[in-house]
Amino acid sequence: MDNLQNVMAGFEVVLEPTNLLYCLVGVLIGMLIGVLPGLGPAATIAILLPLTYGIEPVTAIIMLAGIFYGAQYGGTITSVLLRLPGEASSVVTVLDGHALARQGKAGTALGIAAIGSFVGGTVAIVGLTFLAPVVASFALDFGPPEYAALALLGILLVSTIASGARVKALVAAALGLLLATVGRDAFTGTERFTFGSLDLADGIDFVPVAMGLFGLGEILYNLEERHRAVHAPGKVTNVWPSRSDLRESSGAVTRGSVLGFFLGILPGGGATIASMAAYAAEKKRAKDPSRFGKGAIEGVAGPETANNAAATSSFIPLLTLGIPANATMALMFGALLIQGITPGPQLVDQHPELFWGVVNSMYVGNILLLIMSIPLVGVFVRILRVRAAILAPITALITMIGAYTINNSVFDVLLVVVFGAVGYLMKKFGFEPGPLVLAFVLGSLLEESVRRSLLLFGGDPTGFVTRPISAVLLALFVVVAVWPLVQSARRRRPAQAPTPDREEASV
Amino acid sequence: MTTAPHPPDPEPAVEPTVEPAVEPEAHDDGPPPAGPLANLGAGLVTLALGVGGVVVSLALGVGTPAQPGSGMWPLVVSVGLVVLSLAQLVVGRAGGDGERFTRHSWMPLVGLATLLGLVALLPVIGFEIPSLLLSLVWMRFLGGESWRTSVVCSLGAVVALYLVFVAALGTNVPHLF
Repeated sequence: MDNLQNVMAGFEVVLEPTNLLYCLVGVLIGMLIGVLPGLGPAATIAILLPLTYGIEPVTAIIMLAGIFYGAQYGGTITSVLLRLPGEASSVVTVLDGHALARQGKAGTALGIAAIGSFVGGTVAIVGLTFLAPVVASFALDFGPPEYAALALLGILLVSTIASGARVKALVAAALGLLLATVGRDAFTGTERFTFGSLDLADGIDFVPVAMGLFGLGEILYNLEERHRAVHAPGKVTNVWPSRSDLRESSGAVTRGSVLGFFLGILPGGGATIASMAAYAAEKKRAKDPSRFGKGAIEGVAGPETANNAAATSSFIPLLTLGIPANATMALMFGALLIQGITPGPQLVDQHPELFWGVVNSMYVGNILLLIMSIPLVGVFVRILRVRAAILAPITALITMIGAYTINNSVFDVLLVVVFGAVGYLMKKFGFEPGPLVLAFVLGSLLEESVRRSLLLFGGDPTGFVTRPISAVLLALFVVVAVWPLVQSARRRRPAQAPTPDREEASV
Repeated sequence: MTTAPHPPDPEPAVEPTVEPAVEPEAHDDGPPPAGPLANLGAGLVTLALGVGGVVVSLALGVGTPAQPGSGMWPLVVSVGLVVLSLAQLVVGRAGGDGERFTRHSWMPLVGLATLLGLVALLPVIGFEIPSLLLSLVWMRFLGGESWRTSVVCSLGAVVALYLVFVAALGTNVPHLF
């Protein structure tokens, strides 16, 4: 019961007034930025990363947890009120959430979403509390070959499940890996791809890349896009859901929690798949499925619960294996690295106070989210009324000045602008930035693991397949890589026949 | 935001040519997807990056598997990038992903120019004046706000940024006042 003691000790830390205050501020700012149209959780966290600098690690993590949950909920608010999902995982919320808003029940939708998010998040944290140490102890025997295989598989899965074109996602991932090699080689000290630049000699920092690709890239993109009609949101009243609303959605919340937790553990678009699966499940279970899309409260409750549960349980691969499962987790990974915390199997063992600090701050972040979101909905609606033309430069300036404050370096700000331009272009040309950032974050780990493995094997690459765990992981890698090719080859043949065999899921 | 609501497809459409009508229909008012030319251009750019990577990696020295040189890993990644870029050139030859440039596409370009201006001026005269100018340009010319709103909001924004980053947080961002 060592763990239980550690859990309790972790709570003591988290519940210190200063830490609570930082968590509160994190939730608040996370929601404030997350509610800006077009900025999803990844962009929000990227923009706010500099805030956590210069604070001591535990407090910074607690604040990050607050920002994380606030950013997630901010995306929900824009889905319901403006039909603008902040990220793929709240896309299905738009269907019924916005329908409810049009019926004047936006408050109900937001209230149920907040409660569902809270329940789903809490269930997932409880699951994480018990499951994470088990996974971590299993992964303790992992050596460089296992890590290399795991990182490769993670990058492939994230690229494969990405919502855009698959090959383009893989191209983006390869670019991320290449970018990660810029700077001094850790083994030989040789400078690679620095082209004589002193600023590049230490490599490219993760934060400016993320801030540029996710943050500034979105802002630039929105400059062009906001000419499309975005209606100012109407009045939001009655945020407190009625008893019957609660009764109607309680089943959806329960199912969403479980579904979300399990799907979230899988790498890739865990939260996205979870929200869509939850929506489909609710629609299938409903007595009158035709209500869906016209303002069914379960259509908000299910997906919103599931995506929050999944977002939380995707911390499991991050904290126990050190492998981020999606773009948002890649950002959290980078944020933890900056705080001097290397997520991985040894974290529970060697730094239990940090590990449980992270986990417990999630409990608190989640509770604060529930407390803050319902009363503050009115404030956020008012923010959404402010025209994008006025908000855009302010967000851009916050990003730029924030980027400067990380290292007091103008070069970092320049990097943000360059990657902002890259992010904009990637969006226009259909490349997902997520796989690039993820591959960039994992790049040095992957290279180091591969090279250490090769040294271990005396230069014989077959060593990877003779170790059982790395062999299984690599076999999975091959299956994931080859399966779509097989499928498309099989599809091409009957494609000449008039009957398309594509299964349309009922969303 | 641009992600249209579509089901969790276990096998994302490898050939966008199969059902070209799905995306635009699901999203009512977005610009049309980018065409074959955009795909060709993007593919050639990533291909060039990959080839460049190969050249530089070879110059760095590849070494042997037992004694990997500093160029080996970048070489592997660059070759992967070349192969994937070539695959993308073929797979995406009909276009269909991303978005076409619109008549509003000059706006991000202007935005980018003002951001670069900010980066250039920041170390010289601090953040206040460049931020004010950037904000004015974005609100008045990119956002179509009135002069009055633009001036008032820009001044307010810069004062707020000053209060947060200089007065409250005490960061080292270069400032004039």
